[in-house]
Amino acid sequence: MASTVENISRATIRFAGDSGDGMQLTGTQLTNTSALAGNDVATFPDFPAEIRAPRGTRAGVSGFQVQFASEDIFTPGDQLDTLVVMNPAALVTNISDLRSGGLLIVNEDNFVDKEFRLAKLEANPLDDPDLDQYRLIKIKMTLLTRTAVEELELSTKIADRCKNFFAMGFVYWLYNRDLQPTLDFINAKFGGKPEIAAANEKALRAGYNYGETTEAAISTYQVEKAKLEPGRYKNIMGNQALAWGCIAAAKLSNKDLFLGSYPITPASDILHELSKHKKFGVRTFQAEDEIAAVCATIGAAFGGHMSITTSSGPGIALKGEAMGLGMILELPMLIINIQRGGPSTGLPTKTEQSDLLQVMYGRNGESPLPVIAARSPADCFETAIEAWRVAAKFMCPVMVLSDGYIANGAEPWRIPDFNALEKIEIVHPGERSEEDPPFLPYKRDEFLSRPWALPGTKGLEHRIGGLEKDHETGNVSYDPENHEFMCKIRQEKIDRIADFIPELEVDGEESGDLLVLSWGGTYGACTTAVTQCQAEGLSVSHAHLRFINPFPRNLETLLGNFKKVVIPELNLGQLQKIVSSTYGVQTEGIHKLKGRPFTVSELKEQFKELIG
Amino acid sequence: MSTELPVLKAADFGSDQDVRWCPGCGDYSILAQMKKALAALGTPREKIAFISGIGCSSRFPYYMSTYGMHSIHGRAPAFATGLKSARPDLQVWVITGDGDALSIGGNHLMHAIRRNVNVNIVLFNNRIYGLTKGQYSPTSEIGKVTKSTPMGSVDNPLTPLSLAVGCGATFIARSIDTNVKHLAATLQQAAEHNGTSFVEVYQNCNIFNDGAWKYATDRATKQDNVLELEHGKPLIFGAESNKGIRLNGLNPEVVELGNGIAEDDLLFHDAKSPEPTLAYLLSRMHQPEFPEAIGVFRQIDAPIYDDQLNGQVAAAQEAAPDAQLNDLFNSGNTWEVE
Ligand SMILES: Cc1ncc(C[n+]2csc(CCOP(=O)(O)OP(=O)(O)O)c2C)c(N)n1
Ligand code: SF4
Ligand SMILES: [Mg+2]
Repeated sequence: MASTVENISRATIRFAGDSGDGMQLTGTQLTNTSALAGNDVATFPDFPAEIRAPRGTRAGVSGFQVQFASEDIFTPGDQLDTLVVMNPAALVTNISDLRSGGLLIVNEDNFVDKEFRLAKLEANPLDDPDLDQYRLIKIKMTLLTRTAVEELELSTKIADRCKNFFAMGFVYWLYNRDLQPTLDFINAKFGGKPEIAAANEKALRAGYNYGETTEAAISTYQVEKAKLEPGRYKNIMGNQALAWGCIAAAKLSNKDLFLGSYPITPASDILHELSKHKKFGVRTFQAEDEIAAVCATIGAAFGGHMSITTSSGPGIALKGEAMGLGMILELPMLIINIQRGGPSTGLPTKTEQSDLLQVMYGRNGESPLPVIAARSPADCFETAIEAWRVAAKFMCPVMVLSDGYIANGAEPWRIPDFNALEKIEIVHPGERSEEDPPFLPYKRDEFLSRPWALPGTKGLEHRIGGLEKDHETGNVSYDPENHEFMCKIRQEKIDRIADFIPELEVDGEESGDLLVLSWGGTYGACTTAVTQCQAEGLSVSHAHLRFINPFPRNLETLLGNFKKVVIPELNLGQLQKIVSSTYGVQTEGIHKLKGRPFTVSELKEQFKELIG
Repeated sequence: MSTELPVLKAADFGSDQDVRWCPGCGDYSILAQMKKALAALGTPREKIAFISGIGCSSRFPYYMSTYGMHSIHGRAPAFATGLKSARPDLQVWVITGDGDALSIGGNHLMHAIRRNVNVNIVLFNNRIYGLTKGQYSPTSEIGKVTKSTPMGSVDNPLTPLSLAVGCGATFIARSIDTNVKHLAATLQQAAEHNGTSFVEVYQNCNIFNDGAWKYATDRATKQDNVLELEHGKPLIFGAESNKGIRLNGLNPEVVELGNGIAEDDLLFHDAKSPEPTLAYLLSRMHQPEFPEAIGVFRQIDAPIYDDQLNGQVAAAQEAAPDAQLNDLFNSGNTWEVE
């Protein structure tokens, strides 16, 4: 008897197990397969800071959540429809996110005394009467996987490593997913080790078949294709999109790309990705520290490359002095901060938005820099290009903000045609002869930008540095009038970028009871929560900032059009502070510092409360 | 038809900015000799960049008519690494002080040298912090009384050249601000070397540490206190050229020539030795037990960072001459939405 298939519009699934259980791989496969099936997808990987935290412990639990849908979605989902747990620690740390009536799939083989002790449990958590609200499916995954790969005569250790593919296979059956993309992946990844490839394939098929033969009584689910904008799509993670955006930006401006970086979670993947693309003229420099990384970046910018440095909060702190130099040199570059939980080392693998004030103000002296924030994984591509457009036009470092949630999350990306992207025009001044008037390296154009004169150009030899400079010649100047003038003009240059960036768009009415103002990675949760409120007839609108410095021109007016303005942030109110000091407007804040993104339901609840 | 290259004189390398070092500062001499060296090298001005950190010495780029960057304290080697990686066609100089290079910038100095970035690093060693008005530096002798060490400093000084040897420097040299011919020649050799060139220059700060190198610069004593290295030649010094350095086991000793000791018994300089042992030994010779060596301690060929970095890019581009971003974007699993 075949099980019945139920059509649903969206599903949220989480795999949770030990750090060594391969949960990230499992989740990524389900994501890619679902994306290929035409669903909209959004993911939330959540892993411990330790590479291999002690096995079986709660601290060692690694999870991967994905939502796939037949409609536009903006978040990886709040509550889980299905939770797969590989051990007791994973069960107790994740169960509260499973919705009542949801499916709980457990690897029964790991629910033994030893594992209970490791998870600091007195009794078998499966005996907890509270679990009655879920639909529990116990599967002897370890045993079944061993049986499935038996004929390959692998060691037990190696055979056991395949059990995540068994779990994956079962979930594929449950959600009617095609095995082929994952079979292709297995072949590509383990092709060099045929027994491993064969074992993983057998485990995957065993999991799928297990569902078909033994669980025919439960219905399976089908999520139809999403009605996305027509085009070719690819599933992309934030850091990858950011890296590709940087390569594209360099090419659009006819430049080679230089990256100076020092490894740090969650930014390292940009370094890894870019170092693969030398054929596109990408040079990556793994420096001795973040200071050297940003300094080399400035050096390469002086030399004429599109130059970027990537890091996270602690590394950005180290770059502070050099960022100020980049500002006063007025050279273009991107300084990219993939935020993580702070302060100090904080929560390295968790997400947060608490470096906003750091990137706005974390330099000595009057040192304004533009700040731009990506809102989602795919959006990182556009953000990188736009940031470079601004940097090159206004001759300044641009601070680019992303965060751990965006960096490691994935969503479908509508692949652009590179040739159709708007070019970034950069003009370098040409040679001069002795008869020409002297070159003035700090003479500004109508955007208050100075010329980007490249070493190697005859007749443009000039010296730049961190000392205050004369407003035209760039020579060292201690003149008090000149210094004040220069501080003001550097500020004005940044302020005037507001004429160049688009006005803020409002989702919903242009006035009303409540405006939700968001920035960065909270975009998805805010959008979804606002849409749901609007569907319930509430007077709620949403505006999402891409530029935080300068603010879009119409922000001030907009703030005045609503009875209340609320700013949800994964910090203690940093954008709120900036808005209030800029416009003298009091706003409400929703703050969360739990290393996790907002859920839609918690936002919705608070929006409703604010409307009263 | 031949295009004539303009011949630049030393003066052509000076900028229009007033030089603001204290009158009598050793930096003036280094500036003058640098201009001479550049004139002799014949590299066009626009192809040269001077990158400095912070300190009296680091004001240097402002006084040159080339490209230049006065950066931040201690980090000049990192800026230079980025510039040279992006623009291997440029001749890049790093100008630094003993505080700049060895205190705050020690890390960057070490890494630029071990990578063998093709830049020329010139360390102006005045054994003091000049710009901040006279605190002791990492090269100040023990017991140095300064504003920050009223009872004398207790930390061991560092020998810059020993550090350079330890980092695997491929060109190591020392010269003295007042020994103008030697200085100009040394700077020229440094520029001609492929790979990191590290040159220490004994520089007098006549305001805060006057006479720090007196033994090496005084007409009366210098020949007994300084040994000029020449590749392939025995280590001989002294006003009468009658003293030499001989190896006793693994250690050097000063001997007088004659009385059964001939030139052949002395240590011979070998700047090209693949092993850094001799360069290290020479760097450890300090006053008053030994004469201090000047000249080229070491010059060997080794793979160069910026060459290799750019080589990898070139190789990747050669292997994929029409690499298209659209191919990258469409790589891996993709799907069509109608
Ligand atoms: C980050 C930072 N810390 C401290 C200083 C102050 N400072 C400027 S120069 C200097 C020491 C310079 O000594 P040295 O490198 O020997 O150069 P000199 O002036 O002797 O040529 C110090 C401590 C600074 N400019 N920046
Ligand atoms: S303080 Fe010393 S090093 Fe600095 S300029 Fe004056 S003499 Fe030269
Ligand atoms: Mg000094």
